[in-house]
Amino acid sequence: MNSLLSQFATNVRQNRGFYGALLMLIVLFVVYNFMHPRGFSTPVLVQNANEAVVLGFIAMAQTIPVLIGGLDLSVGAVMTLTACIASELVNGSPAHMIFGMVVTIMSGAAFGFANGIIIVYGRLQPIIATLATGAIAIGLALFIRPKPGGDVDGDLNWAVTNSLFDFAETYHIFDDGKAAWFQPIAWIPVPLIILFGMAAIVWVPFRRSLTGRTVYAIGSAEGAAYMSGLPINRAKIAAFTLAGFFAGCGGLYLAIQTSSGSADIVQAGSYTLNSIAAVVIGGTSLLGGIGGAVGSLIGALILRVISFYFRILSIDPLLQTLVQGLVLLIAVSLGAIRTLRVKNRLELFR
Amino acid sequence: MSIFPTLTPENKPIVIASVFILAILAVGTAYTLSTQGTAPLLSPNYLLQQLQTGSFLGIAAAGMMMVILLGHIDLSIPWTLTAAAMMATTVGGDLAIPTGIAVGAAIGLFNGLGVAYLRIPSMIFTLGVDSVVRGLMVAHTGGFAPQTAATPIMRFLAAEKILGIPVAIFVWLAVSIVIAVILRRTGFGRSIYATGNREGAAYLSGIRTKAVVVGAFVTSGICAGVAGVLLAGYSAKAYQGMGDAFLLPAIAAVVLGGTRILGGQGRYIGTVVGVILIVLLNSVLSIMQMPEAGRQVIYGTVIISMLLVYGRTAKITS
Repeated sequence: MNSLLSQFATNVRQNRGFYGALLMLIVLFVVYNFMHPRGFSTPVLVQNANEAVVLGFIAMAQTIPVLIGGLDLSVGAVMTLTACIASELVNGSPAHMIFGMVVTIMSGAAFGFANGIIIVYGRLQPIIATLATGAIAIGLALFIRPKPGGDVDGDLNWAVTNSLFDFAETYHIFDDGKAAWFQPIAWIPVPLIILFGMAAIVWVPFRRSLTGRTVYAIGSAEGAAYMSGLPINRAKIAAFTLAGFFAGCGGLYLAIQTSSGSADIVQAGSYTLNSIAAVVIGGTSLLGGIGGAVGSLIGALILRVISFYFRILSIDPLLQTLVQGLVLLIAVSLGAIRTLRVKNRLELFR
Repeated sequence: MSIFPTLTPENKPIVIASVFILAILAVGTAYTLSTQGTAPLLSPNYLLQQLQTGSFLGIAAAGMMMVILLGHIDLSIPWTLTAAAMMATTVGGDLAIPTGIAVGAAIGLFNGLGVAYLRIPSMIFTLGVDSVVRGLMVAHTGGFAPQTAATPIMRFLAAEKILGIPVAIFVWLAVSIVIAVILRRTGFGRSIYATGNREGAAYLSGIRTKAVVVGAFVTSGICAGVAGVLLAGYSAKAYQGMGDAFLLPAIAAVVLGGTRILGGQGRYIGTVVGVILIVLLNSVLSIMQMPEAGRQVIYGTVIISMLLVYGRTAKITS
């Protein structure tokens, strides 16, 4: 028992950023629900969850390139591209829809793979290479969808943007969602299950694989990782492919949620920038090697919860942008200040 | 590699980018000759007009280069530029231009202090500052384009011509000379290169690296401020989001001009070449009436392929 506790204490000490973010999210969310005029309720939770999913996926996507010490400025653009693809393909018969979803996510992964190939074999800096490929992704999105629009299956939209009960009712499973054993979990929003489910079945196994460990090793010391015979190129390509994969998931959800696709350059840019903020808030170091996708997920949720506060607090709408900016600045700064922890001044210089 | 045996790593990108500019001009002219039978791309007036619109990007990119030479980045350019333009038109009169520049310098100072003293990664700090400045401007203007207009002198600097040459180009030239002299001839400039190469070594050799970082960010803020004042003069007023189109092209211009994104290497003339390259690429694509989709794809492909020619980093093997 004692050793379990001390193990946990060690874990907390080694992942200070992550646990800090988790605590911050819990406090923010509990206070939010106390302040909400109608208190905690499933509809509010469902709505909140819906708004957080896309950013959650994009933040997870951004994490993996950041872990190798890079940055992927194309995640928002890839999300836009895949949302446009999904708005064309995700409708019709169930088989057709599943095919559309697979194609959507795979095209995100393929774009990420191309990023990885360019960065590894072209030996380009990730930040500038993805800046350029991001423009290409937006261009392709504009080819697919010059004007906003599209058609996504309505049932699917309803089923995945509501609680589990509505999901079961839409597809007539579990006695239309009225089965007795189903009731205790019927209130859980489907978007949260999708988000955390993806993190659990994709990120957690990846992190434990050799390739995943290599991602961390590259971020800590690439030279040492190379000398240890780790598969550096494979890990880098995998990192960007996985980033494209998660961006594809985000794009797919965005298309289903809005029932449309739109090649919106401004939106793509703001998702990319918010993803960096979410990654930092979630305790991942921009220098690489420290952190994880689940932390970024928490970071994305924090960013969204902060924006929920504006609805229940009567802040002058004109000041909202300013308050949002200040909160963002303070949050990312707190996560990133290293000065306070450094014992030797020379350690400050990378 | 062997094609340019005598070129230093600093000059190779500049030569290649210049060759590419000529290639763009040749392709564009071939296109217009075959479709319209004229060659507008080669007329001095057209080129000067393109350079005039390019001068705003050029000034913003000059400031961005100072920061990138340190291995940092300034993502607050869009709203620094917009804020400077909005405050300049708000104040108006003789004080308009000094106000715009002061706003840019103040935001740059704030950026510099955060990056140098709190040691928050510049990518994330300037990003936050950008959204704070945006919030300030939304509170100031109510989220609309301000009603105030640019002063006559701002209009003169941005939109008029002297001897047939747009004044904006002279402003760009003046800024360029100042930046080039700073980088090549002053201790501050040499310290920027030293700090960008290895901050620890620069610090140990007695360079006040924090002051250097602050100085570079202030310069970047001032340049964005000047660009904002000029752009407001060019379009007669300031408006929301006027700076959004400048961030990525500014970074791309600096990098295409051969400045290393990790800092420490790059010549100012390269940034000028990079700006001209991007401006001409855009104008040729619009002459070809390329839809936005194709422009984005070509734009990205050109940057990638040029970097593949000369932007490759050394393989890390130890």
